[in-house]
Amino acid sequence: MIAFVRKEMLEASPPPASQHGWQGWMRENLFSSPLNIALTFVTWIALGAFTNMAVTWLLHGVWTADSYLECQEIILAYYGPEASGPCWAVIRERWHQFIFGFYPVEEWWRPVFCFGLMMLAFVAPLFSDDVRNARRVIVPVGVLTLVLMVLASAPVAACVIGAVIFVGALAISAKPLRLLPWTGVYPFVAVWLLWGGSLAGPVMALLGLVILGMVVRLLSGRLGVPLSAGLGIVAAFVWWTMLEPQIAASLPGDLAFLAQVGSENIGGFLLAFVIGVSAISMALPLGILLALGRRSDLFIVNKLSVGFIEFVRGVPLITLLFTASLLLQYFLPPQVQFETVLRVIILVTFFSAAYIAEVIRGGLAGLPKGQQEAADALGLDYWQAQRLIILPQALKISIPGIVNVFIGLFKDTTLVSFVGLMDPLRGVTAIVRADIDWKGAYWEPYLFVAAIFFVACFGMSRYALYLEARLKTDHR
Amino acid sequence: MNKTLFLGTLAAAALTGAVAQAGTLEDVKARGELNCGSNTGLTGFGAPDDKGEWHGFDVDLCKAVAAAVFGDASKVKFVPLTGETRFTALASGEVDVLVRNSTWTYSRDTDLKFDFVAVNYYDGQGFMVKKDLGVSSAKELDGATVCIQTGTTTELNLADFFKANNITYTPVNVADDGEALRQFTAGACDTYTTDASGLASTRATLPDPDNYIILPEIISKEPLGPVVRHGDNAWGDVIRWTYFALLTAEEKGITKANIEEVATSTQDPEIKRILGLEGDLGKMLGLDATFAKAAIAANGNYGEIFEANIGVATPIKLARGLNALWTQGGLQYAPPFR
Repeated sequence: MIAFVRKEMLEASPPPASQHGWQGWMRENLFSSPLNIALTFVTWIALGAFTNMAVTWLLHGVWTADSYLECQEIILAYYGPEASGPCWAVIRERWHQFIFGFYPVEEWWRPVFCFGLMMLAFVAPLFSDDVRNARRVIVPVGVLTLVLMVLASAPVAACVIGAVIFVGALAISAKPLRLLPWTGVYPFVAVWLLWGGSLAGPVMALLGLVILGMVVRLLSGRLGVPLSAGLGIVAAFVWWTMLEPQIAASLPGDLAFLAQVGSENIGGFLLAFVIGVSAISMALPLGILLALGRRSDLFIVNKLSVGFIEFVRGVPLITLLFTASLLLQYFLPPQVQFETVLRVIILVTFFSAAYIAEVIRGGLAGLPKGQQEAADALGLDYWQAQRLIILPQALKISIPGIVNVFIGLFKDTTLVSFVGLMDPLRGVTAIVRADIDWKGAYWEPYLFVAAIFFVACFGMSRYALYLEARLKTDHR
Repeated sequence: MNKTLFLGTLAAAALTGAVAQAGTLEDVKARGELNCGSNTGLTGFGAPDDKGEWHGFDVDLCKAVAAAVFGDASKVKFVPLTGETRFTALASGEVDVLVRNSTWTYSRDTDLKFDFVAVNYYDGQGFMVKKDLGVSSAKELDGATVCIQTGTTTELNLADFFKANNITYTPVNVADDGEALRQFTAGACDTYTTDASGLASTRATLPDPDNYIILPEIISKEPLGPVVRHGDNAWGDVIRWTYFALLTAEEKGITKANIEEVATSTQDPEIKRILGLEGDLGKMLGLDATFAKAAIAANGNYGEIFEANIGVATPIKLARGLNALWTQGGLQYAPPFR
């Protein structure tokens, strides 16, 4: 006689408390063996002591004082003779030099505007088909830019133009790629905003590029990409060197004139961003060309690319910076005034282009040979095959490496202090410490600069993760 | 073929460079601005303030030169230079004159092909110790740890001094003054050595300056002064005599405040010559007759510049010492304006 027959399955009972939840996690990861228990406690004690020290130190911070000595007196009065603490007053007094260098106060809105427009220029290439994230960037950046511009007492006209640009961008952002023309125009706007002068100069320079693009577009069908690009470059040079000066002379000199700001006034993070962003955005296309050149069968193209990459990679960045700041001046006639910042940007671009070329070459090498053969079988020519088949896959593989180079490059911009430019880490810090009031400030500037660098580099790294996830098409 | 072309370009570049450097004064005038090589930030001697205006003892000399050349002390661009880049920047023509507390040495004068046209500050290397170390002379520093900035003449002087006195030391290398201050106050080294002017300014920023003493020994001669390139004596003369005008002004009691009054009332022929009321001294330099007057009016005479930037009334509290006028027992001596 069967007394009991189970009709349904038992509910699965949860694992014992020691196996799941935070207890389980701790048991497994922190207290799994006597050695691990000992290590856990030692680590906790060390972390606790360090946190205690750091937090106490930070809590002793002084925000309002007129000199470092006064900071120390305040700490002494409040917390006793043994206490020490940061003197944030130095940041409060001098933060603008860490951000803008010596950019004139009444013109601060220009770098701010420039930065907001830069984020806008990034939208198209970074979020090409992701409307939600594109808007997530455009809206807060727009609002923040306008608020900061108002705070920096920008002219009303500039605020209105800024509002129109951001609202317009939002309106057409249903397809973020429609913002791509702005990405092309932006560098010229940025130069005009940062250095000032008449709008005519950047517009004329931009027209040269337009001529180049039109020549390539019209002729590449008949002559092929390289030859038409060569002709385009010649045409652009003719424009820049012969036609442009005459036209520029006939224009009114004060067309949309902004007060001129010399490069010697650009310092701090403004300088780091100017060098970093220009070098990054120029190094990527240059690096792609070099990587393709290195894999090319054409003898001269191949050897030139290899020579360039190996030479630049074989030389420390500092050497290139010294070359930029000192050696170039020997070879140029003195009439040619070539700003140090510009020289540094060019050589930093070369430097990172060589590294990016090698990263991309790794991506190219990672593609199966069949991809190129399939492109050939479809009847695509070299440039079509690269553009449609090879590069999209190769670049996807290279993303972590490229971002790595970019982050390194951005941090390497601090090396320009060795050629006397005012980078935020050493250049501005030295200037601030030269003020007798702030001479003792040691950790405070470094911590401030480190925090800003961390935000920028962490942002780049998170974007790379996002991009990898978005472009993931395999099922690994 | 390529090689010839390359060498040809090099030669042409060198030639244009040489031609251009022959007349720095003309270049400066044509540019409308003086490029002055200055410090990346040295308390009291040259640093920009929170508005980006440059101030300091060396900076004021540059402004005086700009005033002498253009009649306007603001027509000067300061190019911050590091210890590594300063001499190359001068040699390559990026700056017209270097006023960046640079020590006049034999090899810099001859081998690097520069001219030190004057000495605007007589400095020397000293030692600072904590009072409770119980040391009263640098010769008692046997076995001490010494904070020392790398890549400077002070490093070599230090080695020479300890070797000559047959005592030993352990160097603690620091990159700059800020790091040195930190290491020294944290007790990482027994003594910090650098130029005595630097020690004084460092001590002035300590919360408890009375607990630190600067030892009496000055172990080196550090004549600091403006530097120009070899081979352009006319330009060197402009800098030199602008400086001497500031010295003579102090000697004659001409100050920024009373210069106009002196110009109208003076009977002293030399003052008249300096201020351009008599003779044509300015023309001999290729400058306006009132070049010296403009230079003095910019920031005052040598003594005024000294007191305003690094003198006893400032936090740096440097006494005139060797930098007093020769009439007051110092070394500052200007040849006659005649």
